[in-house]
Parts: sequence; structure tokens; C-alpha cells
Amino acid sequence: MLNGLVMAFLVGGIICAIAQLVMDLTCLPPGHIMVLTVMLGAVLGGFGIYDFLVKLGGAGATIPLTSFGNALTKGAILGIKQFGWIGAFKGVLQETSLGISVAIFMAWILALFFNPKG
Amino acid sequence: MEREFKNKEYKRIAQKFQPKRAILRNIIVSFLVGGFICSIGQLILNYFLIQGMPFKEASGLTSGIMVALGALLTGLGIYDELGKFAGAGSAIPITGFANSMVSPALEFKREGFVFGVGAKMFSIAGPVIVYGSISAIIVAWLSLLLK
Amino acid sequence: MAKNKAGQQTFVFAQKPFILSMAATVGPKEGAGPLADYFDVLLPDDILGEQSWEKAEKKMLLQTIRLALEKNELEEKEIDYLVAGDLLNQIITASFTARELAIPFLGIYGACSTMAESLALASCLIAGGFANKIVAASCSHNCTAERQYRGPTELGMQLTPTSQCTVTGAGAAVVSLQGSGPKIDCATIGKVIDLGIKDPSDMGTAMAPAAADTLLQHFADTGRKPDYYDLILTGDLATVGSNILKELMQKSGVPLGENYNDSGMMIFTKKQGVNAGGSGCGCISAVTCGYVYKKLLQGELKKVLIIGTGALLSPTSYQQKESIPGIAHAVSIEGGH
Repeated sequence: MLNGLVMAFLVGGIICAIAQLVMDLTCLPPGHIMVLTVMLGAVLGGFGIYDFLVKLGGAGATIPLTSFGNALTKGAILGIKQFGWIGAFKGVLQETSLGISVAIFMAWILALFFNPKG
Repeated sequence: MEREFKNKEYKRIAQKFQPKRAILRNIIVSFLVGGFICSIGQLILNYFLIQGMPFKEASGLTSGIMVALGALLTGLGIYDELGKFAGAGSAIPITGFANSMVSPALEFKREGFVFGVGAKMFSIAGPVIVYGSISAIIVAWLSLLLK
Repeated sequence: MAKNKAGQQTFVFAQKPFILSMAATVGPKEGAGPLADYFDVLLPDDILGEQSWEKAEKKMLLQTIRLALEKNELEEKEIDYLVAGDLLNQIITASFTARELAIPFLGIYGACSTMAESLALASCLIAGGFANKIVAASCSHNCTAERQYRGPTELGMQLTPTSQCTVTGAGAAVVSLQGSGPKIDCATIGKVIDLGIKDPSDMGTAMAPAAADTLLQHFADTGRKPDYYDLILTGDLATVGSNILKELMQKSGVPLGENYNDSGMMIFTKKQGVNAGGSGCGCISAVTCGYVYKKLLQGELKKVLIIGTGALLSPTSYQQKESIPGIAHAVSIEGGH
């Protein structure tokens, strides 16, 4: 049950630390940093590099937003395998649809019951 | 009396009085908080792996649960306090993505459920999905070309 | 030469309008700050039982204006005009508050300098013989400003050390041709000054040049020096902007002394976690209508110069990569008996 906990902590922590460093050095707003992070994940996913990080860090690699980018690329590649180059459009969101759908649903349900506290 | 200051000269004067960001402290806190959130994810992942679930499915389900967790903490008004303190440590994990969707949904519900909640929930997450998808499509095509 | 004008940018009033009363209301965070005893009303929360923060802000402004009237047992129909503004798009707080009052309304926008602008304009109308009694008011609310300018209030966003906390507060003044008590002596209207600062979480740096420009012009127009005043109070330059202002004034040969302070620094303590300090229309409104007014009545302050400082950006201008223009208006108030 405690397998890989240390590596998850380290890999996840380092990814977040790097993002923080970039944020503090460039003075970019957090939204821009999130965009850069997902794009980085997408690029690393294309060349199999991200798979190595996942083997190494487990959740430390699948939980940060880079993993979202990786999943988008994996989906696009799967789509290409099935349908040729146009399959990239068909497949890109398929691996991330669980996460996005949960977020949409939860956002709506929570807005029903909760108010912002300020 | 010297009253006219040029932009460059002014920035030079102003810099003397602008407090520097505590970069080292921020990095350490981000590392700790980000690492901690990922560890929670690892515990959840391990639970599913022990049940015999294949890695891909277990990982997908874990992400879904973490999104739900981030969403709930946002609804309870806790995630923003974490964010003020942790910066990227709470914005980069997928819980931060959930926070970026739930917080505008809560905020703009006063403007109605269609154009408040419905439209605004993507105000911060939208660019992530747009640029992630475009990058992914281009990278996927490139990997096709290079094969 | 216009007979009520001094120098380039200053209104002088031959017949100085009186401040019959001032009322100040603040939110819970400000009510836990060092100036709590000087405010008339300390609100228990940000929402005041309303459906939205915008509605709560209107309630706060309306109550503050009514309180200022009550202090002099005045009725709404005795007031000639309401000159007011706030931070929200289309100044909805001031406009919707005016909807509840039967007072002809002049809505104005000066960002966080609005209170000074409204006092200056109210004084002009009265000293110029256009009105007998005017209410000058302005307010801001932390949550309405956050959701309009920055982002959802539940978003986990890290704040930078130069950022400021928008004050939840309102101030209202009843200015009159006849009366007794503190008087408005003169007012200097500022130019828009922009020295290329683009960071919206560093407004003190963006506004300091405008404050310096207006102050220097004020002293040039009136022939006064900084030590003429017991207190020179800027609106919301906070720690960063006020230090820059002192440097700019020093470099210009008109240094500011111990009698200089800033509302954004006075309204919160460092322990309240507000980074550089407070900001917003409500900052200088509440501090002037609460702290300064009470000190004037007590005779502890006799001559005060308030300088409202405003950052004239919008989320659109910032996203279009424009820099932040600043403006500052100075109003001189002298104590009465």
C-alpha cells in the first residue's frame, strides 16, 4: 500500500518546484504557467519520455498537469493509429475525458450547493 | 524642480523599493505541497492496483478521484487558502485544475446557471484544454511523420 | 484668468464649503485593524444577508450615505446632488445606490481616487453657487473587486509581495455652503501619468508618479510647503508606492517629512497578511471620513491634505498589454471649531 510513496512525493514535488521557479522568475500569472505545463506534458508524451517518468514516479507523474498533456498526446496518437492523421482530432480528448467530465459535473453540482466565501 | 521622469529611470528608482519574491521559500513550499498531493494520489493508485486493476485504468480512476477531491475542497472554501500559501504546489496537480473550474462556477453562479456557471467554468481551464489539445495534435502528427 | 483658479490645476474657494458630517463603514477585516475605533460602522461579514457581494456593496454605500445625513438630521430632499463613484464596471454600486435615494446623481470614476475627486467636484459646485448641499461618497468591496479585476475568490492564486488587498469600506461626506466645522480649503486636480508600469499586482509603483506630480503641482499652485500640513495622506500607495513617492519628492527638491502617511498602510496591520497594504476607493474614503474627520473634530489635526490615488486600468487594457496610467487628486481640509 505504501509502495512508491517516496518516489511519488519526489517526482511530483520536483515538477511543482520547477513550475514555481519558472513562475517566480518570469512573473507570469498562474494561468499561463498551467498552460505551459500542459504543453510540456504534451511534448514529452510524444516521444515516450513521459512514460519513463510515470514508471519512475507513479502518481508523482500522473497527478501533475503535465500528465494531462501526456494523456492528450497519447489519445491523439491512438486516434492516428486507428484512423490515420485525421484520427488525431478524434482521439485527442479520449484519454482525458474522464477527468474533464468529472470536473464539469462536480463544478456544476457544487455551484448548486455551495457559495463562494470570499 | 525636477519633475519629469522617464520610464527607464523611473523603473530604476522603483526597483529599489520593490520587495523581492521569496523564491527559495516558494520553491520549497511548492515541492512539499505538490509532493504531498501526489503522495495522496499514490495511495489511491496503490489501493486500485492491489485490487488487481490494470495500471492504465487505476491511474485514470485515481485522476478522476483527485479531480473530485480538488473540486470538493474548493467548494468548502479550503483550496484558495492552500493556493495562497503553496502557489504552484497546489496549482499544478490536477486538483488545481479542478479548483480552476469549480471556483469560477461558484463565483459566477450569481450571474445565472447558463452564462454564469456554464460559460465561466472554462475561464481558466479553457486555455489549458485548448493549448494542450493543439500541442498534442501537432506532436502526434510529428510523431507520425517521423515514423 | 479664472477667478477661482490658482496656478495651473488648483481650485481655490473664496467661500470655503463646510463638511457638515462624514460617515465611514468598513468590513470585518478592516474592523480588526488598527483604525477600528475611528469608523462609524463595523460590518459583521462581507455579504450582509444579500444575494451577491455587489448587492452587499450597494447596501453598505446606501447605509453610509444615510448615516451621514442622519448625523445632521438631514432628509434626502434637502440634498441637491449626489456625487459618487466606485470600482465596478459602469459604477453600478453608486448608480444603484442613487436609485434608492431621491437625490439627483452625478456618477464619477477615478478608480481609487474617487473620494478626492468627488469632494473636489462637490466643493466646486457649492463654492460656485450651483448647490447648497451635496453628498460626496465612494466605496469598494474586496470580493466585487477581486471577481472583476483578478479572478474568482475561491481560486488558489498566490499573491506577490507588491500586491494589495482591496478594502471593503465606504465613506460619505455632506458638503454644504453654510454651517460650521471642518472646511474644504482648495483642491488640485491631477493629470493622468503613466511611466510604463504593467504589473497589475504592483499598483503602488504605477500610481506613485501621479501622486508626486499632483503634490508638486499643488505646492507650486498654492505656494505652500509640505510642513504647512499636519497630515499629508495618500490613498493607497501602500508600502511600495509610498516609499517611491518619498524618493520622487526628495529628488524633486520637495521632500516629505514625518507628517506623511498612507491610508493603505494605516488601515491594516502587517499581521493581517495584506502584503503591501490596503487599496480601493473605500480605503481613502473610510480613512478620511473616519479617522481624519474625527481627528479634525477633536482638534488633533488642523490642516490635512488628502491625495486620492487611482490606477486607471481595466482587465481589458491589461490583457491588451497596456501599461497602467495613474491619477491623483489632492483636497485640502482645514479643521473648524
